[in-house]
Amino acid sequence: MSHYEAPVRKPLVTGDKVYKDVTEDIVRPIEGRANKTWWIVFSIALVAFLWGLGCIIYTVSTGIGTWGLNNTIEWAWDITNFVWWVGIGHAGTLISAVLLLFRQRWRMAINRSAEAMTIFAVVQAGLFPIIHMGRPWLAYWVLPIPNQFGSLWVNFNSPLLWDVFAISTYLSVSLVFWYTGLLPDFAMIRDRAKKPFQKHIYSILSFGWSGKMKDWQRFEEVSLVLAGLATPLVLSVHTIVSFDFATSVVPGWHSTIFPPYFVAGAIFSGFAMVQTLLIIMRKVSNLENYITVNHIELMNKVILVTGGIVGVAYITEFFIAWYTGSPYENYTYLSFGAATGPYWWAFWALILCNMLVPLTLWVKKYRRNIIWTFIVSIIINIGMWFERFDIIVLDLSKGRTPSSWAMFSPTFVDVGIFVGTLGFFFVLFLLYARSFPVIAQAEVKSILKLSGDKYKKMREEYGDDVQMYNLPEQRPLPDFKGMVEELEQKNEEVRDEKGELIESLLLKIGDASNDNADDLKRLSGVGPALEKKLNQIGVYKYQQISKMSDKEFTILNRLIDAFPKSKSRFWSGEANILNQI
Amino acid sequence: MSGYTLQALYADDDHLMKAVRETRDQDHHISEVYTPFPVHGLDKAAGLKETRMAITAFLYGLVGFGVAVWMMNFMMIEDWPRNIGGKPSFTFFQNMPAFVPIMFELTVFFAAHLMVITFYMRSKIWPFKQAENPDPRTTDDHFVMEVETDKENIQDVAEFLHSTGAKEVDLKR
Repeated sequence: MSHYEAPVRKPLVTGDKVYKDVTEDIVRPIEGRANKTWWIVFSIALVAFLWGLGCIIYTVSTGIGTWGLNNTIEWAWDITNFVWWVGIGHAGTLISAVLLLFRQRWRMAINRSAEAMTIFAVVQAGLFPIIHMGRPWLAYWVLPIPNQFGSLWVNFNSPLLWDVFAISTYLSVSLVFWYTGLLPDFAMIRDRAKKPFQKHIYSILSFGWSGKMKDWQRFEEVSLVLAGLATPLVLSVHTIVSFDFATSVVPGWHSTIFPPYFVAGAIFSGFAMVQTLLIIMRKVSNLENYITVNHIELMNKVILVTGGIVGVAYITEFFIAWYTGSPYENYTYLSFGAATGPYWWAFWALILCNMLVPLTLWVKKYRRNIIWTFIVSIIINIGMWFERFDIIVLDLSKGRTPSSWAMFSPTFVDVGIFVGTLGFFFVLFLLYARSFPVIAQAEVKSILKLSGDKYKKMREEYGDDVQMYNLPEQRPLPDFKGMVEELEQKNEEVRDEKGELIESLLLKIGDASNDNADDLKRLSGVGPALEKKLNQIGVYKYQQISKMSDKEFTILNRLIDAFPKSKSRFWSGEANILNQI
Repeated sequence: MSGYTLQALYADDDHLMKAVRETRDQDHHISEVYTPFPVHGLDKAAGLKETRMAITAFLYGLVGFGVAVWMMNFMMIEDWPRNIGGKPSFTFFQNMPAFVPIMFELTVFFAAHLMVITFYMRSKIWPFKQAENPDPRTTDDHFVMEVETDKENIQDVAEFLHSTGAKEVDLKR
C-alpha cells in the first residue's frame, strides 16, 4: 500500500484520469491551434506593450522630467510599480518552494504557472529601476566592478544595492528552479511531436532528458534543496525591498514592522494574481480537473491568512502613528490625517480593497465561488497597488516642512509605462500558455494514484491494498538466442571485411608500432580522437601517411566514422614536410 | 562483445516496482530504468546509492559566503574605505551588519546555480544533447527496465522478464 491518502482528503485530480489522460490534457493547448479569443487578447496585450515601449523610449531619450515627479514627490509610480510587480512575483516561489517543504500536494497543479508568473512579474519589476536610472546604458555601474570601468566601488551599505543582489539572485534562481522542473515535461512533448520543427525545438529545450533513474533521484534532491534555498530567499527579497523605505528617516517609511508586513503583503498580492490568471487558464485550457475548486479554496485560505497579517499591520501602523503623538505621524499613509486629507480616496481604496473585501472569503460559500474569487483577486491587485502608492506618494506628499507639501499627478508617460508592463506581462504569459506545459505533468502523475479520484474510489471500494493496475496484454517473446547469433555473425563479417581493408592499407604504407610514434595531431583536421582511431588501425608515423594516395584515404573513410575527407588531401604533403623536420 | 541488454516495457509504476524487486531477488543486474515521472522508492529498490547533490550545494554555499566576505572586505574596507552617512567602515566587523543581506544572497546564488550546473553535468543533460530513452512512450506513461545478461542466458532472462508481466521484451541494439 505504497499509495495511501486519508479518504477524508478531497481528490486533487478529478475526472477518472489515468497517466495517459494527464499527458493528453496537458499537451492539448500546445498541439492545438490558438483560437480567436487568444488572438484578440494577445493583440490587446501587444498593443499595450508597444505603447509602453514607446513611453520608455520617450523617457530615456528626453529624461525623467517627462514623468509627473516634483521636488517633494521624487518617487512615485515607478517605485510603486516596481514594488507591486516584485510583490506579485512572490507567490510562485512560495507555492513551489514553501509548499514543497510543507509537502502540500495541491501545489503540483499550480506551481508551474505560478512560477512562470513570478518570472514574468520580476522581469517587469526589474525594468523600473533601470528606467529610473535615467541613463540605463550605465546600468552596469550597479555591479561591483573596478573603479576604472565606472564609478567608485558600489556602496554595500545601501539597501538599493542589496536590492540589486536580491532581485538578480531571486530572478535567476527562480528561473533555474522553473526550468529544471520543465525538463521532463519538454521531453514528453518532444517524444510526442510529429512535426520535425517542433520535435527539434522541444528536443533542444528538453536538454536530452531521458528519465533515467539516477537522473530522477538527483532531480528530486535538487528540487528539494532548491526549495530549501528559495524559501529564505523569497522572504529575504521583499524584506530587502522594504529596507529601501525602512532604513530612511521619512515619517511613515521609518518603520520596523515593514519587513514582515511587506512579505505578507507580497504573498497576498501574488496569490491574488495567481487566482486571476489560473481561473481564466483552467477554463480556456480545459484544466478544471486539475485546478479544481478545492485548489481555489486552498489559495483563498492563503489569501485570508496573509491578508489578515496585512490587516493587523495596517491597524498597528495606524495605532502607533496616533500613539506617538508626533504631529508628523498624523500625515503618514495610515493615519487620521491621511483618511481625511486630500488623498482620502487613496487611503479608503487601500482599506476597502485590502482589508474589507477579502473578509468575505471567511464565508465558505464565497471562498468556493469561482466568479467571486476572481472579482476579489482583481480587487486585491488594485488594493495592493494602492498600498505601495500610499506608502510612497502619501508619505512624501506631507513631509516635515509644510511649505513643501505637494500633490502628485501622473503624466501620460507614467501611465503608459505601467500599462506597457501589464501588456508585456500578458504577452509573455499568453505565449507561455500556448507553448509550455502549464501543469507539471511529471509531478501530477506521481501523485495520481495517491490523490486521483479514480484511485481513491478504487481504494474505497476494494480496500487500501488493492492492486491499482491491470496486467497488460503481453507480446510473445522473440527468439533472442537466434537474434544474438545473427547479430554476432553480422559483426564478424564486418570485422573480416575491415581486417582485409586494413591489411591492404598497411601493405601499401608499411607497418609501424607504438614506439616512437609521431604526433599525428599536427596534421590538419586531426584531434586526439582521430589520432587514436588511426593508431588502432596501425597508422603511427608521418612516413606512413606520406605514402597515402586517394585510394588509401577512401579506405580510411570507410574504416573511420566522420573521417575528414576534405582535409585529408593535404595530409601526404604535410606528412612529407613534417617527416623532414 | 559478450554482454547483451534486454529491455522490458511495463505500463504501470506499481507493476514496474514489483518487477524490479523480483529481478533483484533473482540476482539479475538492472543497468537502467527509464520512467516518465519520479517513482517513489525506485532508487532504493534498484539498489542505487544516495545522491550527493545536497552536499555539493552546501559546499558551494560556503564558497559563495566566502566570496561575499572577501569581496565586501576588499572593496569597502581595504581598497577604498569611505565614510557613508557616518556608518563605521574602519574594520570589517564594525561594518559587517550592513553586509549581511549580500552575504546571504551570494550564498544562495552560488549554492543554487553551481548545484544545478553540477546536476546537469553529472546527468549529462544540456542543450543539443540527444535523448537516450529507448522508447518515446517512456516519457508518457510507460516504463522500461534494462537488464544485462550474456549470450548463454539471454533466453532464460527474457523468459523471466516475460513472467514478471512485461508488456514487451526487446533486445537493446
